[in-house]
Amino acid sequence: MAYSNKVLDHYNNPRNVGSLDKNDPSVGTGMVGAPECGDVMKLQIKVDESTGIIADAKFKTFGCGSAIASSSLATEWLKGKTVDEALAIKNTEIVNELSLPPVKIHCSVLAEDAIKAAISDYKKKKSVVTTEAVGSNA
Amino acid sequence: MKTPIYLDNHATTRVDPRVLEAMLPYFGEHFGNAASRNHQFGWEAEAAVDKGRKQIADLIGATAKEIIFTSGATESNNLAIKGVAEMYANKGNHIITQATEHKAVLDTCKKLEKHGIRVTYLPVKQDGIIDLDQLREAITDKTILVSIMYANNEIGVIQPIAEIGKICKEKGILFHTDAVQACGKVPVNVITDNIDLLSLSGHKIYGPKGVGALYVRRKSPRVQITAQIDGGGHERGMRSGTLNVPGIVGLGEACQICRTEMSEESKRLAALRDSLKDKLFANLDELYINGSMEHRLPNNLNVSFAYVEGESLLMGINEVAVSSGSACTSATLEPSYVLKALGVGDEVAHSSIRFGLGRFNTQEHIDYVADRLTEVVRKLRELSPLYEMVKEGIDISKIQWAVD
Repeated sequence: MAYSNKVLDHYNNPRNVGSLDKNDPSVGTGMVGAPECGDVMKLQIKVDESTGIIADAKFKTFGCGSAIASSSLATEWLKGKTVDEALAIKNTEIVNELSLPPVKIHCSVLAEDAIKAAISDYKKKKSVVTTEAVGSNA
Repeated sequence: MKTPIYLDNHATTRVDPRVLEAMLPYFGEHFGNAASRNHQFGWEAEAAVDKGRKQIADLIGATAKEIIFTSGATESNNLAIKGVAEMYANKGNHIITQATEHKAVLDTCKKLEKHGIRVTYLPVKQDGIIDLDQLREAITDKTILVSIMYANNEIGVIQPIAEIGKICKEKGILFHTDAVQACGKVPVNVITDNIDLLSLSGHKIYGPKGVGALYVRRKSPRVQITAQIDGGGHERGMRSGTLNVPGIVGLGEACQICRTEMSEESKRLAALRDSLKDKLFANLDELYINGSMEHRLPNNLNVSFAYVEGESLLMGINEVAVSSGSACTSATLEPSYVLKALGVGDEVAHSSIRFGLGRFNTQEHIDYVADRLTEVVRKLRELSPLYEMVKEGIDISKIQWAVD
């Protein structure tokens, strides 16, 4: 499989690799995929409580090069966006940016799912005062 | 050292320069048709084919007359299985094979199932080897053929061929083996192993692509097969078509070289393979060998690098040619059915790399590959949420993953 230069760049120099404290109330964690399917993405956002803007984003991905690139790109795009702006990110934008071939579109779908899962986890924490926060595996 | 480094010798091998040398005159001045019985050109071609036939027969303990030339092992497997099913239709309609066969056997059997043949696909144990008791139990009075590969193309696991041959002989059932990966790598003998039909191929043994052979036993029992390609009645009517003379010369020469150099070469390759394994295991944790290490080709290693996906691993070592059982690297987007058959879970297949060492590999290659792999696996594990969870003491097998 020939990869686009952008996929290769994200694979070779992944942005924002790492983990945030999942028990922090300002952190939302999304974990999507499954090991037996060959893809697991963990994506986390940290929201600035005063501005409602995503101040930091981190990821870790088990998956092919396109899955790594999709989640790396997603963290780049998330930073500086409001939560609502982040929810508007579509997998097709990731496909276009990385020039993903048709067989790799599911990687971009997974990245969109991870963004939505992280935001949903963050919102859940906000609505529940008791901060019995656990990473979402939904 | 020149890159890329080729460690995918189960897929195909480079033609040995000695083989190429032997072939060249048969593209040039000796271009005759081996079936032309009435002039010099034909006689030269026929003599070259006879020599090739003998060289192939000698590698597997057969006689020259028992060798039928084909276009490769896929055709040999088709001819053996379909040819027996058709020829012995009056005797029975049951074939036994096993789950980790090459598609050339499995899909041939599936095709026959559509035409009323009953096929038993034996499972393999976790080491990749069939259970001989299950084989015995599967045999019925309708069984006409057992087809079990000699050595597997993904995990290199060698089946107990001599025992299988003995069981088949006792029961009066024909025994075919796809020996593509085994011939030229380990000693194969159709007499001591009681093999009735055997498929082999040129390009897996440093010979040319597009030529292979089927051994068909002529004595005790005399095996008959129905031709699948009809025409001029070549190869004693079993496979029509003008013989690929340069290919046959190359296949013959390749067999000859394997026969004389096998014992040395297999020792050298096993040592290289073991050094690759030892280096990887010394550098990295959570590695798993797929299939039996004891009953394995000397040039094969199949390892799962847990918590790292195979395609991303290949991407990191793009100057090394290997293959993966990951779904992402297969045309079907399914993880390797061979690894799945071992019952070790799909995630193991997704993380697997197959190393196929060959005649032209050196210790320098192995050292380089081990170092690069170590580097890339470490990097990808830094990226892996699964590795992170395992290191935190979380049992990831207990997690409810959302599988869609």
